[in-house]
This record gives sequence, C-alpha cells and structure tokens, in this order.
Amino acid sequence: MARREATIGSRVGLHARPAAIFVQASAAAGVPVKVGKPDGKLVDARSMLGVLALGARNGDTVVLEAEGDGAEAALDSLVALLQQDHDEPAAADA
Amino acid sequence: MPDLATALSGIAVSPGTGAGPVFCLAPPPALPAQDGPVDDLTAEASRAVAALEQVAADLERRAATATSTAADVLQAQALMARDPVLAESVAGRVLEGAGAPWAVDAALREQQAVFTDLGGYLGERAADLDDIRARAVAVLLGLAMPGVPSPGVPFVLVADDLAPADTAQLDRSQVRALVTARGGPTSHTAILARALGIPAVVCCRGILDLADGTSVLVDGTTGQVRQIREDEVAGAQAEADAARLAQAAVAGPGRTADGHPVKLLRNVGSVEDLAGTAGDESFEGVGLFRSEFLYLGRTSAPSAQEQEAAYVEMFEAMGGAKIVLRTLDAGADKPLPFLDMEAEDNPALGVRGLRVARRRPEVLADQLGAVARAAERTGADVWVMAPMVSTVEEAAAFAEQVHALGLPRAGVMVEVPAAALQAARILEVVDFLSIGTNDLSQYTLATDRMNGELADLLDPWQPALLQLLAMCAAAGREAGKSVSICGEAAADPLLAPVLVGMGITSLSMSAASLPAVRAAMATRTLESCENLARLALAARDATSARAAVAERSA
Repeated sequence: MARREATIGSRVGLHARPAAIFVQASAAAGVPVKVGKPDGKLVDARSMLGVLALGARNGDTVVLEAEGDGAEAALDSLVALLQQDHDEPAAADA
Repeated sequence: MPDLATALSGIAVSPGTGAGPVFCLAPPPALPAQDGPVDDLTAEASRAVAALEQVAADLERRAATATSTAADVLQAQALMARDPVLAESVAGRVLEGAGAPWAVDAALREQQAVFTDLGGYLGERAADLDDIRARAVAVLLGLAMPGVPSPGVPFVLVADDLAPADTAQLDRSQVRALVTARGGPTSHTAILARALGIPAVVCCRGILDLADGTSVLVDGTTGQVRQIREDEVAGAQAEADAARLAQAAVAGPGRTADGHPVKLLRNVGSVEDLAGTAGDESFEGVGLFRSEFLYLGRTSAPSAQEQEAAYVEMFEAMGGAKIVLRTLDAGADKPLPFLDMEAEDNPALGVRGLRVARRRPEVLADQLGAVARAAERTGADVWVMAPMVSTVEEAAAFAEQVHALGLPRAGVMVEVPAAALQAARILEVVDFLSIGTNDLSQYTLATDRMNGELADLLDPWQPALLQLLAMCAAAGREAGKSVSICGEAAADPLLAPVLVGMGITSLSMSAASLPAVRAAMATRTLESCENLARLALAARDATSARAAVAERSA
C-alpha cells in the first residue's frame, strides 16, 4: 500500500477547476486511488462528488492511498498536482 | 421615486443596467406519480446510467463552445454527472426496484442534501446537481431538457438559481440582465454574468412572483429590480446602452470633471497581465502587483538571480509607469510549500503576510534585494509595500529595510483594522498606504470572505468599513501622502467617487473594471464627490448608504 500526504496549493481549495484536474488525473492513474482528510473516511479519487465533499481548503492536508503496480509513481504525480495552484488569477484579492 | 411595492432588491453582482420583459427559466420535469414495476432490472440500471452519461456528454459539448470561464465550470459539472460513485448509487437503487427516473432523482437529491448541509461553496454547487437531476430525468422521461427560454425578443432572464449549463451559452444580444432568487456573490450566475458583461442581481426575494412578460429595469450596480411599464422599456434600455458606449469612449488618465487627478491603476499578477498596455493613453500604472507568482508550487525559494530577472522583465514592461509591488503575501491561509508553515487553527489570524518575516526574515530580505537591483537596472518607478501590517513598529521596520536598499517609496497595506486606526502614525514612518478592502472588511466585520451566507456583512458600503477608509484618507491628506485602494470597493463605479471624495488618491482594480470607474469619475467634480462621501458616511447601514449615493448620482 502506497500512502502520501499533500497540501492543497490552489487558492480556492480543492474545488471547481482544481478538483476537475485532480479527478481526471486520478481516473487516468492506472491504479485505484483513494483520497481523504487525515482523520476522515477516504473516498474514490475518481469521484468528483466525493472529492468536492471533502471540502479541502487551501493549505489543508489530504491523504492519498493506492495499491498495485505503479502506485508509488501515480501518487507522486498526484501529490505534485495537488500542491500546484490551478486557480485562475483572482479578480481582486487584496 | 420608485413605488416601493414594485421595487425588489437583491445583491448586485455584475454592474450595468438592463430593461425588458422577464421570462423564467423552463421548470424542471415533474416525475410521474407512480413508480411502475420494472421488468428487466439490469437493462433499467444501464438505462439510468446511460442517461447520466448523455447529460455529461451534453455538458462537455457545451463546454467545447463556451468561453474559458464557462468551459471550466461546465467541465466540472460534466465530471459530477459522470461520477462513478454516483452511477453505482443509481444502479443500486434500480436493482432494489426503483424505476430509472426515480433512482436518478433520489440519488441526486441525496447528494444535493449533502452539499447543502456542508454549505458555503458546496451549498452553491447544489444548483449544479439540481440541474443534472432535471436533465437526466428529462432524458429518461423523453421530455425536452429544461433550459433558457427563447421568447424571440430581448428579455430579462429570471430563475430560482442558474446552473452553469444555463448560463454558459446565454446570447448577450437577447439576455439584457439576469436576476435569481437565490445564489450568492460566488455563485455561477455572478461569475459568468461578470465574464459575459451581463448586468445581474442575485438573492432577489420575490422575483419569482413576477409573471412572465412583466417589464422590469434591473440595476446590477445597486441591486435594484424595478417594475416599469412596457412602453418605458425601449427608453430605459437605450439609456443603458448609451451609458455603456459613453463609458467605453472616456479615455486618458483618471480625473474628475473639474480635472482633479485620480490615478486609475491595475491589479496584476504577472507580466502577461500587462499585454496591450504599451502606448495605451489610459494606462497609468499598476497599483497592486502580487509577487506570489514566483513562489507558487515551489519546494525551495527561487534564487536571487531568478527573482531579479523576473522583476527586470516586469519593470521593463511598465514603460515608465508606476508599479506598486506587494511583497510575498503567504502564510498558513495561503501556504507555499517552501515556507514549510505549520497548520494553524485560525490561519486568517495567524502568521501571514509580513508576519512570515518574523520566522523567515531571509525570504523578505532576498525579495527586497532582488526588487532593488531590478529597479536600479531598469530605472522603473517602483513602490514597495508589505501586506498584513498591524502596528507602527512593523511599518517602521519595513520602511527602514526598504529605504536602506535605495528604494525611495515604502508603504504598507491596510487590511487590519488596527492599521486603519493608526493610519496617521503609520504615515509618519511610511511613504504611502494602500487599502485592501476585501481583507479589511473580513477583519472589521469578523466575517470569513469565503462564506457566501454572510455576504451582506462584507458589503463594502458597511458604515464601519467606510469610516475606516475615511480615517485613512484623512490621515493621507494631512500628511500629504498617497492613500490608494486596491480591493473590490475600488471597482464599484458608484462607490469610487465616494472614495475620492474622502481623499483617496488612487484606485486600483482589474482591467475589466476600469472603463466604468473612469467614466464615473469624469462626470463628477471633486466637490460633488465630497458631497457624496458625506452622504455615504452619514448613512446608518450599507443599503441606505448605497441608495443615498445612487439617488444623488442619478
């Protein structure tokens, strides 16, 4: 079992566009991936509804788990993805 | 005076006015009363999942032809419709005996309840699920997909709430304004209406009571929706169109009707945001350059050389115009991996902005060093300010550090009420102030910026916020130093003259908001701005402040 932690890098959190990018990458990962809050239940990382319902905000830590061939590499790339900022520039964030 | 019985009001989310008959979004399909017996459970389950897939494919098709903002939203919604866990839940319900439309309906309602309970951003996404449910049920019942009406004349679109699929392909020439009964400032209706330039009002109670065809005038700047006579529509719309054209025609540096200069600057995040400014006579500079772009997604700090090169590129693109650089604004609420900040229980009140320099002074020192070298190499007019300053000592230490590097202009952002209350003393040690009204509202009204439910408390017209702004402006006048605003308040064409009347010297906003503010300034003398400021400050609540200024401005 491979396991990683990631800090959400997108400013709006794991919502909307950042969530869509993550869910699509998880579906393409080649191994089943689960994601969740460190103290909560893990959900299927391909599930947009499950990922959104985590309500993970910018700066929150999430846990990723996967099993099988290529699980380590798949998780490394998903962690990198989560830690990037995928938001559009905010209109005014002062 | 509008008849109060025929005037409704909501939250203004996309500026401008539009007039026309209202037409309500086609209602969602109703489920038949009886849940009939299903013969082939497996086939029925496949039929249910296929309907969701058809809805997802339809959303993706719309995404392909929509603008980029709308496309992102539709793509996210398509992924919800195609969710494998949702498909399992629907199939499971069919295998337990529910017909496909009922299974889809129940599974999505359950998910919707989860989102609604979670509230905030997810509460607003509940409308996306409602839309998927209505579409999938329509597919299964062989009905037309619910959606935007096409009455054949330009109209005002009314809905309980709009889903991205409804708003993404709105025809700007047919839809003059949007009004929804629900929704908040971060709802799709708000985001997309602004992107499309359609005036919009959300959270407008009573709007659904108007019969289709009733004529209204929608003011997306004040949030008012007023019933008008049918024969008044053409005139009101012509006025709105003329106002839009007149705004676009006002060019040149910002100034009042009597020539008092008000610098109108841009908020930018990278050199790409300066595209098209070379040779633009209206471009006066940058009032907020967010310097975070260099640090995002990094696990180690960018080198001094890399920082210097990036700033040189940015400063050269300014073409001699002023640029106000905000030093790194990060912290527990906006974490950057290389800073390795530990999580905090209350990040908005924790180690963020300038406070990070208490722990990692070298990060700020390196950044200021790179800025100073780039400024020297390019000869650009660079002003530097620190975010999240709360005390005079913090301001003095920052200014001393900036000046020691040979940078002549050091300022601070006013985002914390403590800094606003101390504005006069802070101005004794710095060269300028820039007020971030979004954070200043959040801290003054003790309201999380992400909480749509409390949006009214974050209204920039709140008397407490206006008072703090007036204090800063008065301190600036007294000291003869520049006090600018770079939050959302600066972009409100009704509020901008009030701010200038208080003594604010420059306003900074996104490029899209500039024309309306430039035009608003050009039609008023400084004296009338001062009168508007007195009116706004005399009001006891946000709504009456806005209404008093709107009435006098008309």
